[in-house]
Amino acid sequence: MIVAKRKPFEEIKEMIKDYKKVLNVGCGTCVAVCLAGGEKEVAVLNAEIDMARKLDNNPIELGAQTVERQCDHEYLEELDDVIGDYDAVISMACGVGIQFLAERFPDKPVYPGVDTCGMSANQAVGWYEERCRSCGKCVLGMTAAICPVTMCAKGLYNGPCGGTNKGSCEIDTEQPCAWFRIYERLERQGRLNNILIYTPPVEWNDQIPRTLIQPGYKKPEKAG
Amino acid sequence: MKSGSNLEKVLKAGHFAFTGELGPPRGCDVEEVKEKAQHLKGNVDSVNITDNQTAMVRMSSWAASLILLQEGLEPNFQMVCRDRNRLAMQADILGAYAHGIRNMLCLSGDHQKFGDHPMAKGVFDIDSIQLISMVKNMRDNGTFLSGAELHGIPKMFIGAASNPFADPFEWRVHRLAKKVEAGCDFIQTQCIYNMEKFREFIKQANDMGLTEKTYILAGVTPMKSVGMAKYMKNKVPGMDVPDEIIKRLQGAEKGKVADEGIKFACEQIEEFKEMKGVHGVHMMAIEWEHKVPEIAERAKVLPRPVVD
Repeated sequence: MIVAKRKPFEEIKEMIKDYKKVLNVGCGTCVAVCLAGGEKEVAVLNAEIDMARKLDNNPIELGAQTVERQCDHEYLEELDDVIGDYDAVISMACGVGIQFLAERFPDKPVYPGVDTCGMSANQAVGWYEERCRSCGKCVLGMTAAICPVTMCAKGLYNGPCGGTNKGSCEIDTEQPCAWFRIYERLERQGRLNNILIYTPPVEWNDQIPRTLIQPGYKKPEKAG
Repeated sequence: MKSGSNLEKVLKAGHFAFTGELGPPRGCDVEEVKEKAQHLKGNVDSVNITDNQTAMVRMSSWAASLILLQEGLEPNFQMVCRDRNRLAMQADILGAYAHGIRNMLCLSGDHQKFGDHPMAKGVFDIDSIQLISMVKNMRDNGTFLSGAELHGIPKMFIGAASNPFADPFEWRVHRLAKKVEAGCDFIQTQCIYNMEKFREFIKQANDMGLTEKTYILAGVTPMKSVGMAKYMKNKVPGMDVPDEIIKRLQGAEKGKVADEGIKFACEQIEEFKEMKGVHGVHMMAIEWEHKVPEIAERAKVLPRPVVD
């Protein structure tokens, strides 16, 4: 899933300092699961803002609404009748959701409540580890399902480099060396042949904003 | 003097500057660089050496700049943000200065998709305005971007580009202001064909006091043919070629189209010489270096001033 981290409170407070009536919109999917921007986090942030603004003698009226997904028109629709009452909006969704929300309400200033931190797995409650950079050219078949783009700090395709250190990466002993692990797993599966041959430079597919159309579907007549 | 480069001296002395441009070869043929350089020698104050222009791999800008120095010309080392991160950029700035390069032009660079390696990873670690600020910081504060102290300071004359014609027009002068604020000493503009719009742009820059803080060199590229004019109009992003220019070229006698292109360029230069806020011309005679002596002659910018 996409994971995010709540922005520092002072940063959020500064962004909305000139507004008297702000709607805080949570997202009920990825950022709710990773405990950054769901219904509960919206309520916590609003309570913090409310208290801080009272202390500053600059009271604020706050609304709270959490939609199922901000990256989907279907769920944003429920804001249509609500949003007009507010001077500005905080979105607690990921970078995708907030932009989609802002596109729907182009007259409304929209501010991010979170920093989007990538695509990660739930290792334990509150602990997420990145696994994919969405490069658009998956090589996991070759690398025993360990991503060298994400898990190798240098993103090497022909590793490990000379900085590998007893199974760790040179950047940090706590950071496993992706290529050491790739080697171990391929060896275990008898597939080392995969990485004996040179992998040529990658044709990067993520250098322009991308769109995706699944087979059997087409681009809508009027997008966005 | 910030750098003591010839270009800086010429501008500071109040002369109308005239700079040229040279694209390095798609290989390591030194003679190709020397051949192009000889047409520019004595006819321009400084020569821009492009950095993988249009995202096509070429001999590196600093290396071709060194050949120019050896040939007795002053290079203006172009650096784009597309191909290097902040470490490589700072290292190249130090190396370039160590070998006698005194001018730099800080650019974003065309997207790699337009070049011969369209699937390359674009670096864009910092952008062009951040690059200007970084070079200025190295020169004026003697520190790397990290804040660490430099031992030996590169005193560059810092240039940047400006496109008065890209959308939105009202925003262009403000982006110029950001570049001036970041610390650029001179500006070379995108090729100008729409004079009316350029006059308006310069008026805005004058009104904002920008032309007192930075030297503006108006970009001129003579049209070689009607086809080139149409291509520039329709295919080059951010280029503004009015229909009158195309009609004028079309109206030229057979075999005289290029001559008409040069004639228009000379008329532009005459106007720039008188235009408040314009301090010189940047002549981008693309793959037409051998024509520069004739253009400079006809534009009455010769002989080039020698300033001690």
